[in-house]
Parts: sequence; structure tokens; C-alpha cells
Amino acid sequence: MIPSIPVSQKFGYRFSWVGMIGLTIILFWGIMALIAPHIIPHPVGEIVDEDYFGVMSSRFWLGSDYLGRDMLSRVLMGARYTVGISLAAVSIACFSGVVLGMTAAVVGGWFDAALSRFLDAMNSIPGKLSGLVVVAAVGSSITVLVITLAVIYTPGAYRFARALAVNINTMDYITVARTRGEGIFYIIGSEILPNIIGPVLADLGLRFVFIVLLLSGLSFLGLGVQPPFADWGALVHENVGGLPFGAPAVIVPSLAIASLTISVNLLIDNLPKKIRDRSA
Amino acid sequence: MENLVEIRDLKVEATTDSGRRVDIIKGVSLDIAAGEIVALIGESGSGKTTIALTLMGYTRSGCRISGGHVRIAGKDMVALSERERASIRGTEVAYVPQSAAAAFNPAKRIIDQVIEVTRIHQLMPVEQARQKAIELFRALSLPNPETIGGRYPHQVSGGQLQRLSAAMALIGDPKLVIFDEPTTALDVTTQIEVLRAFKSVMKAGGISGVYVSHDLAVVAQIADRIVVLRNGEVQEVGTTADILSRAQHPYTRELLAAFEPKPRGHDVVVKDREVLLQVNGLFAGYGPIQADRLPLVRAVQDVSLTVEKGRNLGIIGESGCGKSTLARAIAGILPPFAGNLIFGKQELAGAVRQRSRDQLREMQIVFQYADTALNPEKSIEEILGRPLTFYHGIKGKQRDARIDQLLDMVHLPKSLRHRRPQELSGGQKQRVNFARALAAEPKLIICDEITSALDTVVAAAIIDLLKELQRDLSLSYIFISHDLSVVEAICDEIVVMYGGRKVEEITPAHLKAPQHPYAKLLFSSVPKLDAGWLDSLELDPELVRTYGHS
Repeated sequence: MIPSIPVSQKFGYRFSWVGMIGLTIILFWGIMALIAPHIIPHPVGEIVDEDYFGVMSSRFWLGSDYLGRDMLSRVLMGARYTVGISLAAVSIACFSGVVLGMTAAVVGGWFDAALSRFLDAMNSIPGKLSGLVVVAAVGSSITVLVITLAVIYTPGAYRFARALAVNINTMDYITVARTRGEGIFYIIGSEILPNIIGPVLADLGLRFVFIVLLLSGLSFLGLGVQPPFADWGALVHENVGGLPFGAPAVIVPSLAIASLTISVNLLIDNLPKKIRDRSA
Repeated sequence: MENLVEIRDLKVEATTDSGRRVDIIKGVSLDIAAGEIVALIGESGSGKTTIALTLMGYTRSGCRISGGHVRIAGKDMVALSERERASIRGTEVAYVPQSAAAAFNPAKRIIDQVIEVTRIHQLMPVEQARQKAIELFRALSLPNPETIGGRYPHQVSGGQLQRLSAAMALIGDPKLVIFDEPTTALDVTTQIEVLRAFKSVMKAGGISGVYVSHDLAVVAQIADRIVVLRNGEVQEVGTTADILSRAQHPYTRELLAAFEPKPRGHDVVVKDREVLLQVNGLFAGYGPIQADRLPLVRAVQDVSLTVEKGRNLGIIGESGCGKSTLARAIAGILPPFAGNLIFGKQELAGAVRQRSRDQLREMQIVFQYADTALNPEKSIEEILGRPLTFYHGIKGKQRDARIDQLLDMVHLPKSLRHRRPQELSGGQKQRVNFARALAAEPKLIICDEITSALDTVVAAAIIDLLKELQRDLSLSYIFISHDLSVVEAICDEIVVMYGGRKVEEITPAHLKAPQHPYAKLLFSSVPKLDAGWLDSLELDPELVRTYGHS
């Protein structure tokens, strides 16, 4: 078991240190994404180093990329795209998936059957492939990326939430709410959601990671964020030529992707728990 | 003579969520002689199962034995290593769990699971083990002992499965068998068969037993001595006859008193009789509709009944007789296929959605398991407040005051309002469950087995509460139960159901002489607080064959 320290006895929450590390890294990237334009030492598109794939130095903390642009600035600005697009996409995907899933579980019947089959059909199309087709057809913009990613990940969130909600739906307290005459929105929002919110958040974390990776994958293929701006996936892609030289330009964005995805999972697995001690 | 089991000053402690340590067993000592059956009796939370499990050197997760000794045939289960304990489990000490259905693996044949113990401990060759298992099946009077082992767990009845799990425990020739509430989940008619089988096998083999139960009447049939526990401490120890007739400790007396609830007095509130609910020729069931416009599985067939204002109707019958389906059909959860319901002066629609909010408010249903009937993620305040806001539009301070009133009505302290359901005891949860129905200010409350999951003492207190509330609020109850003594205590009329049909309608005045054969069997199967009851009981074998499902 992971040793945990009570965050604050007053509030009675317990938060393990592993979760805190995860939260710290996420907050770090979140803040960086917000304030990046104000703190970057060099403009992202400007060639500032005469050498390419430059090493770490006091002038270029994280070296320079394949054109001699400052890597620190590019990674910090990349956080904006990676964190922002993924967060927007995962919020849309999980919100629509969970609401539809709970509704399907509660309503049942043909509504459930029709919606489930339709989303199953969508689920059967490989994510990267449909992403490629859409972006190739409509062209790449941030809105298109967010919507495409959200649509790709909605069926999974739907399936997950529906499976959880179906179990809760058989509980007597749902029957009690129905015989009271409650409407569907009260049942899904007030009776079911609080009982599935834990797993749903865990799923949101996982899905966020998938989206970060898919976005990075699309950018790696050149279909994501367009130059001169670049998200982390694009940064890895454009600097992949630096791999034989061990250039920080290719390693740093990879580490950034890893640190964000891993810490999201650490946080989700170690969310603060409320201590409920019967007689304390 | 040395005792087979010697427990000395046993202490078990549990670690709570916040890391606090709590003693749950506080220095218990007891002995069991060879061939003796000792019952551990007490309410839930009294530590009876915890003590029984320490006999195998086992504690549930989060608990540990913090002091004392548990010696079985000279070996101290507390001091042994886990490997040594494992070699004793199954061969010297065996365990029969409460729910046999959960203890069997549904994907494996019964015989393979029964002889698993002999395989693990390499006691005998497989063929010999199978022979032995068949002998045990015969001794436990199971039907078709030769072939029953070849079935899967879902292909036998609950009573049979419970006896099969006893065979599983007995196959390693243990010196001590622990029975953990083995008949609590069974119908009374089935319980008798199972108890008889246990008793004869234990006597024949001279095996010692520990029988954990909260039901004094059941324990009286099988145990030589009774240990009464409360809050992890022994309250009283005595032979069965002594405890039943000369109980010393006040808590034991309370247990005995709870067993014989006071019959319903004639303090009927409403003088002029007025029909509140009338059910005519009700059919309800599940599955696709057949050619005759009725469903495939007909759980309730052609049931008619009447509930009068301020009076109570009891519905009894074994599990699967359709009594809960009937309740659900009346409440509109499972719309009936045929028949009509007249509530007050109006005809009720079949489904909840078609009924008016006032009709829903006036008829409330309370479920058996408060655990699943109360949303675990909501505080008591939210649970009780919702019907107030929903039906009466009460908000804010007024709502708070009404919640306090409701808690007061069901005799719960006001401080509970911020707790969650899992932080309450079973009896408290059931009170909250009931208070939620009261919040709607109904005329009729359908109580579906609301005392069945509770201990005798707690159940008796709930029944008293129901009577008291009826006097104050002039409610009517439909009280569904498989427990005759509970129904007798509260109802003015009793309907006996069997196989989805109403077979008899009686008033407690004629209760001693039921006419229908199933009602006769049911009434005679309720255990009495008398150690000789089981042995002297003679059931008409014809009746048992027709209506028993064991």
C-alpha cells in the first residue's frame, strides 16, 4: 500500500504523495500553457541559433531545433496546443459520452439499442484512420482537431458510462426515485452520476492520455497543428532527424508527453479520499 | 477431559479509515468439548462471526488478533504460521458459509468442488473421495446422492446447495465445523430439512460445531450450549435449556422477548371501515406476451385483495411465490397485464408514468434492503429532503425543520442528518428508509420484507415503530414477509400466497387453523423457542413432497 499523509486533519481528506506529485506536474504544465506567451525567451518561429540541433547551453536551456529555433520556447508554446486541444476534446467526448450512456441505461428499450448500435459502429472505425480522413478532407484547424478527437473518443466513454450506469440503474434507490415520479434528468444527474463519478474520472484521465497520444500521432504525421506553431507531437516529428546526435530537441518533447500522460494517471489513481470514520 | 477448543482472552482489533484502532473483540474466553455444538448468538456487530473466523486463525482484512489464544486440539491458531494454519483448515476445522450460492463456483461441477479439500491436502485418491462425498450426500438426505454431484450449482435449490456446502466442509473429517448463519437465507419450510440434516450428521460423526446465528429459535434446535455476545463481549453462557428458561442477563431476556412480539392489539384507529385499496384479478409477470395476452412467466395470477383505511394487510409465502412481484405491480413498478387497481375512489393506471403525482405520493413502497434502497452517495438530509421538495415544495429552513421532525418520528438522533447511509447501523438505515416514505405523507405504505435483513431485537423495535406511527398518522400498511410471527404482530388480515396465487385469506383470530394444505405446512414450519421442537415435529410427508422445495 502506498503510504499516505493526511493533507489536512481539519478537512479530513487523505491524499497520497504519489497523487500530489501527479497534481504538481499537471499544474505545472497547465500554468505553462497559460503564461507561455509572456515568458518565452524567443519568438517560436524565429531562427535564433546559428547551429542546428544545438546542445543545452545557458542561452538555449533546452538546445535548439533542426532550424536553429529555441527549443524551450517551442516546448512551452507546444504545451498550449497539446494540453488545450486534448483537454477540450476530452471534455466534450466524456461529457457527451457519459450523458448519453446514463440516458441509454435509464431509458432502455429501443433508444438504448439504436444508440448503442450506432456508437458501436463508430467505434469500429480505427481512430487514427478516421482522424486522417477527416483532417485530409476538411483541412487542419484547431476546431476541426478538437471536434474530430472528441467524436473519435465519444463511443468509448459512452460504453463505459453505460456499463456502470446499468448496474446502478437496478438498485432499489433508483426504483424508489422512479416511483416517486422523478424525471430522467434528476435520476441521471442526482442518483446515478454521484455513484459512477469515480470510475468516470479515471476513464477521463485515460481518455485524456489517449487523446494526447493520438494528437501527437496526427501531428507527427503532419496533420495536426500547423507550422510555425507546433504541439509536442509535431516537435518530436520535425526534430526526429536529431535522434542520431542525441539532440535534446527530440528528447525534450518526448519527455514532456510522457510526464503529462503519466502524471494524469498518477493523479487519477490517487485522488484525495474523504475520511469517513463512523465514530470519529 | 481436555476441551477440543479453548479460547482464552481473545482480542481482535480493527483499523479504521483514519488509522484509529478499535477493539472489536474484547477479551472473550470460551471452551468447546469434543462432540459439543456451541452457538454464538448476538446482533450484527456483536463479533460472533469474527470469533468464529479466529477459530481458523483468520481475520477479515483490516482486522488482526491482538491478544489471547485460540487452541484447537492443543494447537494455538494465533501463534502458528500461515502455512501451518492452511494445513489445519479443511482437515481439522471447516467452515460452512452463510450464502452457499456465493461459496460455489458456478462454472464447476459440484462434486469437483466438494472433493477439492481432499485434493489440496492429498488426503485420499479421487475415486475414494467421490465415494465418500456420495455417502455424505446420502447422510445429509440429499435427493439422488449418486448423481447430484454431477450438476452445476445453479441446477440445485438453495436448501440443497447449503447441504452440499456442509458436505464440502465434512469431507476432510474435521473435528470442528463452523456454521456461519447457514439457514438465514432459506425459507422456513426448507430450513427444517437443512437443520435436521446438519444435526444428524454432526451427532453421527461426534463432530464439534460452532453455530453462528441471530435466531434463538433455530439455535435452540441444534446447540448444546449457547454463548450470548454483545459488542465483542460474552454476556451469558449456559446450556440451551438454561438460556431459554432461566436467562440471567438482561440482554438475553431482551433477545427472548423480541422473539415473541406482542400480538396486535385492538386499538384500531379508524372506526368506520373504508376501503383504501382494492385489487381485482391482478396478473403480473415477465417475458414476452403469449397468445392469451399474458406474459410467459406469470409471477402473480388472479390475485384480489382489499386494504381498509387504518388497517393492515399481511402477505406471506416462501421466496418465489410472487409476493414481491405483487407489491411491485401494485406500486406500478411492474405494470400488471390484467386486473385493475382502485385506490381511494379512483382507478389507478398500471405504470408509474401514467399515475398522477398525488397518487404516487399517497402510496409509498419501502424495500427490504436499506443498503440498496438508500443512495450511498447522499447524506441522510438529502435523502429525506428530496420527497419534501418534490411533493410538497418545502425548501430551506422549513425543510430542515421537517427533516428533524421526521428523524424524531423514527427515533433517530438529529445529529445523523449529515451522515451517509453506510455510516449507520442496519436498523438505523431501515428507519431512514421508512422515514423517506413518511416524508411523502402517504396513506398506504407497502413494506416489502422490511424486517427480514434485521436482527430479532432490531426488527421488533421497527415493528413497534410501525405500530406507533400508525396510531399517530392513521396509515395503512401492506406488510410482505416470509416470517409469520412478524406478520402476526402487525396485521389485521393475512393473505397466504403460493405459486403466484392467493391460497388463503385469514384473520389472526382463525390463525391457528389454516385450511389450505400449504398454509398448514408453512405455519407449522416456524421454529419455536423450545429445544425439543425440531425432534418432535412431525410434518405430513405428503405435504412436504408437494410443497417443500428442499
